[in-house]
Amino acid sequence: MSVYSTSQFKNGLKIMFDGDPFSIVENQEVKPGKGQAFNRVKMRNLKTGRVIEKTFKSNEKVDSADVIDTEMQYLYNDGEFYHFMDPNSFEQFEADDTAVGENAKWLKEEDICMVTLWNNVPLTIEPPNFVELTITETDPGVRGDTSGGGSKPATLETGAVVNVPLFVPQGEVIKVDTRSGEYVSRVKK
Amino acid sequence: MLRQRAFLMSEIRDFFESRQVLEVETPVLSSAANTDLNIDVFQTQAIKAKGQNAYLRTSPEFFHKRLLSSGSGDIFEIAKVFRLGESTHLHNPEFTLLEWYRLDFKMQQLMTEVIDLVQYLRAGFGLETMTVNTYSYQQIFLDKLSFDPFNCSDNDLNELARKAGYYGDALGRTAALDFMFAIQLEPLLIKDQGYLIHDFPVEQAALSQVHPKHSNRCLRFEFLWGGVELANGYQELTDADEQRKRFEQDNQNRLAMGKSELPIDVHLIGALTDGLPDCSGVAVGVDRLLMCLLGKDQISQVLAFDAGKS
Repeated sequence: MSVYSTSQFKNGLKIMFDGDPFSIVENQEVKPGKGQAFNRVKMRNLKTGRVIEKTFKSNEKVDSADVIDTEMQYLYNDGEFYHFMDPNSFEQFEADDTAVGENAKWLKEEDICMVTLWNNVPLTIEPPNFVELTITETDPGVRGDTSGGGSKPATLETGAVVNVPLFVPQGEVIKVDTRSGEYVSRVKK
Repeated sequence: MLRQRAFLMSEIRDFFESRQVLEVETPVLSSAANTDLNIDVFQTQAIKAKGQNAYLRTSPEFFHKRLLSSGSGDIFEIAKVFRLGESTHLHNPEFTLLEWYRLDFKMQQLMTEVIDLVQYLRAGFGLETMTVNTYSYQQIFLDKLSFDPFNCSDNDLNELARKAGYYGDALGRTAALDFMFAIQLEPLLIKDQGYLIHDFPVEQAALSQVHPKHSNRCLRFEFLWGGVELANGYQELTDADEQRKRFEQDNQNRLAMGKSELPIDVHLIGALTDGLPDCSGVAVGVDRLLMCLLGKDQISQVLAFDAGKS
């Protein structure tokens, strides 16, 4: 583990604070004319996603957090853990529910996700921005109605429920934006 | 911006000419250094072939006092000064200070003159007269942060700082007050109003006189434009022995912080011994002043070349 001085603080730097890994979101140096200088820092707790604000004396030292973002392929869920593989090293990692959280509903086998490792254990999982998933259940489509007026809920193969236009039938593959959870388009196979 | 900067300089000169304050130029390079604990100096080769290192001035103050003690009368300088490692949205390592001294002025008179200058410049830049709030250091803490800085233990100060997000080892009294001032108080100040704050804690006296009625305070003031520190002024200390003691104390504080001792300006001590006339003096950050006049929020926006490009 290495040590950073506040003079090295910048956005995206990963540091340890109160036992948790954090990513710096904003760093402001405050220097009174004749007084003690401080660094006022906004940082995101990488476990909880919560942003906190703390102020350090300038030149204070903090430990680095051994956090790296790696693209990995999602393999499968064994009922307890979600399994990912680094496509370069073929090394496999197990992520628990805490790490995957809400994003579980977007995980499709073989998709490439961003896995944040802390001390070599998955801390958080980011699904791709867009995923293509099959509709497993929705009300029958209204044939010929492609005007886009109105929508209906559709359950996808991963369990996610999104609103789709009325004309989209069950069994269709659709593209979804995982950041907003919104339907984007149908996917022509 | 270049034109506005040039206009500001000419307005400043007009202001002081109308008040018969003489413009002076003093050395940028000095064989003595500012011992202030929280200011780091640029250091370079000795001025003469043999001798100690030389330093880039962090303020023209010491030279000005030598001029005053040799009979210059009222003086001002638009001075390039240098402070190592100060680089933020409000700091550039090389910046411009307007510094001036007025004989026989009490602190209150100089505070009034600072406001006169600000209002004069605002008018020149087409801005309306500024609302200026005057507080003692004690009163603004009581009003804005609800505690008395002169009646609060070091422990309580640290407790308040931690509640306000401070993280780290316990702060010394002065650093804890700096925290409350810079981190808590300044962001509460109204953006386009002026704040004159006077009678600072005596530990922060620097080169100012101790308050004649309250030995725990000093005759130092600051002027802030919104939350931006623009000016720092003193009713000047004229006692050579006291000044030497403060410099020595500075150096001890520096050593305690793991910084190097710096050569005390013996010429200044000499000038005070010869007799510095009663006076008050103030330094104004000109770059920040221009920032405020133009409604900018980054010092780089008012510099032709900031440190990243120089």
